[in-house]
Amino acid sequence: MTRALKQRLSAAALWLVTFLLMVIMCIPGLWVVLSAFRPNREILARPPVWVPERLTLNNFAKIFGLGEAQVAIPVGSYFMNSLVIALTSTFVALVIGMAGGYAFARFRFRFKNSLFLSLMLLRTVPAIALSLPLFMLWSRLGIIDTQMGLIIVYIALNVPFTIWLIDGFFRQIPMSLSEAAQVDGCTRWQAFWKIEFPLAKGGIAAAGVFAFLTSWNEYALAAQLTRSTDSKTLPVGLMDFTAQFTIDWAGMSAMAVIIIVPALILTFLVQKHLIRGLTFGGVKG
Amino acid sequence: MLRALRVRQTALAPLILLTPAFTVMLFVVALPLAFSLYTSMTPYRLIRPETLDIFIGTRNYVRLWDNAAFWAAFWRTILFLAIALNAELLLGLGIALLINKLTWGQRTLRTIMMFPMMFSPILVGFQFKFIFNDNIGIVNNALQSLGLTDRAIPWLVDAQLAMFSIIVAEVWMSTSIFAILLLAGLLAMPRDPVEAAKVDGCNSWQVFRHITLPFLMPFIFIAMTIRSLDVARAYDIVHVMTGGGPAGRTELLWTLIARVGYDNARMGEANAMAYVSTLLSIAFTVFFFRKLMAARRYMGGAE
Repeated sequence: MTRALKQRLSAAALWLVTFLLMVIMCIPGLWVVLSAFRPNREILARPPVWVPERLTLNNFAKIFGLGEAQVAIPVGSYFMNSLVIALTSTFVALVIGMAGGYAFARFRFRFKNSLFLSLMLLRTVPAIALSLPLFMLWSRLGIIDTQMGLIIVYIALNVPFTIWLIDGFFRQIPMSLSEAAQVDGCTRWQAFWKIEFPLAKGGIAAAGVFAFLTSWNEYALAAQLTRSTDSKTLPVGLMDFTAQFTIDWAGMSAMAVIIIVPALILTFLVQKHLIRGLTFGGVKG
Repeated sequence: MLRALRVRQTALAPLILLTPAFTVMLFVVALPLAFSLYTSMTPYRLIRPETLDIFIGTRNYVRLWDNAAFWAAFWRTILFLAIALNAELLLGLGIALLINKLTWGQRTLRTIMMFPMMFSPILVGFQFKFIFNDNIGIVNNALQSLGLTDRAIPWLVDAQLAMFSIIVAEVWMSTSIFAILLLAGLLAMPRDPVEAAKVDGCNSWQVFRHITLPFLMPFIFIAMTIRSLDVARAYDIVHVMTGGGPAGRTELLWTLIARVGYDNARMGEANAMAYVSTLLSIAFTVFFFRKLMAARRYMGGAE
């Protein structure tokens, strides 16, 4: 056997081993996705049915109330609530985060490090601990069980980390670029939109996806601050499937797929920037 | 004069740029926390609104001191975090090293690796409740089909097994974030020192121990800092999987807060507990942030 062939074989073997490990890691998630397309009877079967005998879309039809609906769970309005709340809070958090991130990346000012740390510390308050006073205050303000109430909370949840990421992306762009533009007669505002923003666009998109995922997946606060179809989001709605002693596994799996798919698509779109942005912000001070 | 104006402008600019961020954080986090501090000094119960006006000082905190259930949950939370964070770090490091070694097809595996990151914590909880179910769960089905056991193992009913299952779920959810951050570190690592060490006769363990690991340290602290920002999301997992049961044996601080505050409606006491949990989270973050800053200075990246 030649040496080159040997090397290629061992590289292939390593790849295969790693691939198998990754697949094993993904099995718990894949199992839920598979269950979403299996009839409940097959999920509950004893002895277990390993290879699905038939796949069905019935579970999805059921939770959307089509066909022989047994449980009427308003998945449609949950989905819309989730979408409106996540998109709005992401957009606002991005605008605020861009301003803040630019300030941290481009200006020197007093207490800079303390201010940055205090922002992060405000993010670290456990959601369930924060939910207690918010529950009381939001009731008084009359914004409990409204989309607005949750949007405001999620903006605050996303601003610190968005600033962390965007700060990192702006730091990667040499200051001399915008200075050169300013020498050529641009205002700082123009230099930002013409030079720095286009260069940081990918990173800002990644920060946006992170913010979206946080809002889209959040449960602890939403569970306390929402009550009805006016504002309940998908993660809260997922709990509708658990009755006192029984769980509709098939329905819940279908709902799980509905929650995962948008997150999946978005993450894969920006994964390259995601990895770069996460680390760069932290290391180069 | 133009120069003076410019200096004033640049002094004002960060203030203007940061005002929206701090306004939001003040309104949604800082003020509610202040209100929460006040509430923690009242015997407030949700069903009796007038109790919010009675000030009892630190009595709720003093009572926590003697509250066995609280301390059990407190130490269980610390233990849970210690085990979970270390397991996540080690597994993440292992995966990152493995993927870094690949000479081709790296991107595909990197993408697969990110799969668990997209799962909502509440979904992760549901998913492992499904998998560890004693009757229909894939784990018991597999064990029984392989003939490794003939009875159904009560994963979520037995106290110790339930804690184990919860840790598995938590580790599953968060390992990929460590793997990604550490992989990014490995990819940014210069090759020369490694080659030089190999020429000088270092074995691969020595290379890892004395070159790779020191280089990765800042990345490890970044991962820990980012992770410590939301350690409390484990609440979702426990809430779905066991609800703190059986008989409170998987109760963490966060589920205890929810039980006392919402189920028992004893808001004053719950707010006192919430304060303790907040301080715990802050301590975690400050600890790792400090380490990160020190590592940055060491790398010479600081301003």
